Amino acid sequence: MGIRRGHKARPLEAVAEKAILSVALSTIGVVLLIFLFVGREAFPIFFGHVNSAAISEIKPLPVAELDKMTPAQVQAYLGLSAAEYKSMERDTLVSLMEVRLEAAQEGTTDRDAGLNTVSWRYLLGSHQWSDYDHPVYVWQPVSKIHKYNLVPLIVGSLKTTFVALLFAVPLAIAAAIYVSQLARPRWKEWLKPAIEMLSAVPSVVLGAFALLVMATVLQLIFGYQYRLNAFLAGIALGLASIPVIFSLAEDALTSVPRSYSQAALALGASRWAAAWQIVVPAAIPGLFAAIILGFGRCIGETMVVLIASGNAAILSPSLFDPTRTLTATIAAELGETVVGGHHYRMLFVLGTLLFIVTFLINAAGDVVMHRLKRNLEGK
Amino acid sequence: MTTRRFARQSFDLVGALFTGLTGLATLLILAILAVILVYLVSLGGSQVSWHFLTGGTDADMFDAQKAGIFPMLIGTTARVMLMTLFVIPAGVTTAIYLTEYAQSTALLTRFIRAAVNNLAGVPSIVFGLFGVGFFISFVGGGLDTLSGSNEPHWGKPALLWASMTLAVMTLPVVIVATEEALRAIAPGLREASLALGATKLETVLKIVLPNALPGILTGGILAISRAAGEVAPILFTGAAYYLKDTPKSVTDQFMDLAYHIYVLATQSPNVELTRPILFGTVVVLLLLTFSLNLVAVLVRARIRRRMRAAH
Repeated sequence: MGIRRGHKARPLEAVAEKAILSVALSTIGVVLLIFLFVGREAFPIFFGHVNSAAISEIKPLPVAELDKMTPAQVQAYLGLSAAEYKSMERDTLVSLMEVRLEAAQEGTTDRDAGLNTVSWRYLLGSHQWSDYDHPVYVWQPVSKIHKYNLVPLIVGSLKTTFVALLFAVPLAIAAAIYVSQLARPRWKEWLKPAIEMLSAVPSVVLGAFALLVMATVLQLIFGYQYRLNAFLAGIALGLASIPVIFSLAEDALTSVPRSYSQAALALGASRWAAAWQIVVPAAIPGLFAAIILGFGRCIGETMVVLIASGNAAILSPSLFDPTRTLTATIAAELGETVVGGHHYRMLFVLGTLLFIVTFLINAAGDVVMHRLKRNLEGK
Repeated sequence: MTTRRFARQSFDLVGALFTGLTGLATLLILAILAVILVYLVSLGGSQVSWHFLTGGTDADMFDAQKAGIFPMLIGTTARVMLMTLFVIPAGVTTAIYLTEYAQSTALLTRFIRAAVNNLAGVPSIVFGLFGVGFFISFVGGGLDTLSGSNEPHWGKPALLWASMTLAVMTLPVVIVATEEALRAIAPGLREASLALGATKLETVLKIVLPNALPGILTGGILAISRAAGEVAPILFTGAAYYLKDTPKSVTDQFMDLAYHIYVLATQSPNVELTRPILFGTVVVLLLLTFSLNLVAVLVRARIRRRMRAAH
């Protein structure tokens, strides 16, 4: 970089460097695009521009009216923005009209028919729906009144993640300490890749294994009522996160300079004491980062929980009840939604929430890792 | 200065316990992995036959005697191969920027690194949503509008969009592996090239890249292995429950090994009867991801040895 030469190829060099830089910059672009395009479908709900009420003030119209209406009238009738209207096929508009008509015809008898279920009050608060005898938190986007409460899904995600981390963190960190500090160098060389091989098991395979094998075994051991539940999904999720946590923790422990533990050994410490009293404290930020990134992995994992959690979007404090996570809900329901409808948008709201949570987790992990590096370099 | 007191070296129950417990944790993880593999292979191994690998789904997709997974093998192979076309050039170029051109302390470099880390942490289902919202609706829908066709030709789930979604997802895998390979090259090699009058670009193209080839290969292999097992990103961007035919163009949908496992595990018409197909497919997929990972591990070990020798 510092060398200056009068070489003829200079202009080409400059162009090449610009091109390489622009490709590298596209990684930042991709992250922004993900946020924009997942968020694009979700923002109208975030800002209260969508109304999911089964009946609205506007009089329902027969589908055939579509051809007689001006675009502005159609937009107002279906509650669409101009851009949305343009992006839709005629078929989509017709099906939206049909849905509207059906909802209006069926919904009039229900006292909840006028509620905008995608407003924040119903997304987060409990409500006594007409078919319940007490206020509930429930995600039930079916029939005429779509109930979109986020609380059961968030609790479901946290429950499975909690079980997964409870299972995976002690195992993975202990193994990381053993492999990086206590194992013989010759063993270490194959122990690390062997444990990381666990990440070669695809999550859909772990899910199938949990569904067909682990479910039966764990039910026999613990004797709980439901075969598929948060506990089972959590254990399977733990298996998926062990290689992530182990790998990061092992890296953090290995990045502590050898001279630290050598100094302790020279002062008469035993191997384990040097590991436990010197290396582990020095690597604490890295271990912490490994745990939060493992948390991110668990919150975002889809296939394991989709297959093994029992998929009941009910709010329950018990770890042994069937449950439903944010990720599984998107995977299970997106295929059945009308593009641009409120159900479709709600699933993108879940996606945006997941993106924001993992973004923050990664940022936190990044900062902590950076600090570890700085500490160890003694700056 | 404070002095620390260390446990004595002579006999030490706590120490033995500490070493024993951490060793036990290591052993337990390996045992779990072994149990999963042995169990799955013992359940599905007998299903894997020549007919199973080369047969189609036209006879009966859910009959263990007749069903084959050839269309799924083709679909999975097509989507990961197409993915590497996108992800390798982008990933390798980014890694070259980060190791050869960027100043490691610059704010921009930190931003790019943060973006790569962030990309690695985004849930796979969110990539799926991104594929639907960006590739299918925006890019595909846009192409349809431009070409003025009423039938959606681009704006629907397709092999191309599934591959591109996976390429975005595996970008960090390729970047990290390539970077490691680039850093393993002795700085002296670059300096020698520059000293002989080669320009920076010439040095990168003729000295650095050829030497980093094994590492780039590793990155590609790991990306393929990761992508082959993913279902969430392709659920809505291209995978199909059942098709008569293998994909003929990049705008076709495809059947897929990993997606097939999901279908058989959750939507099978008869769980007992299709179980052999499910485990057979699992064994084939595991064989694929494990052999790819094994190759990556071996290549990587070689690079690390060379790195130790070089620095």
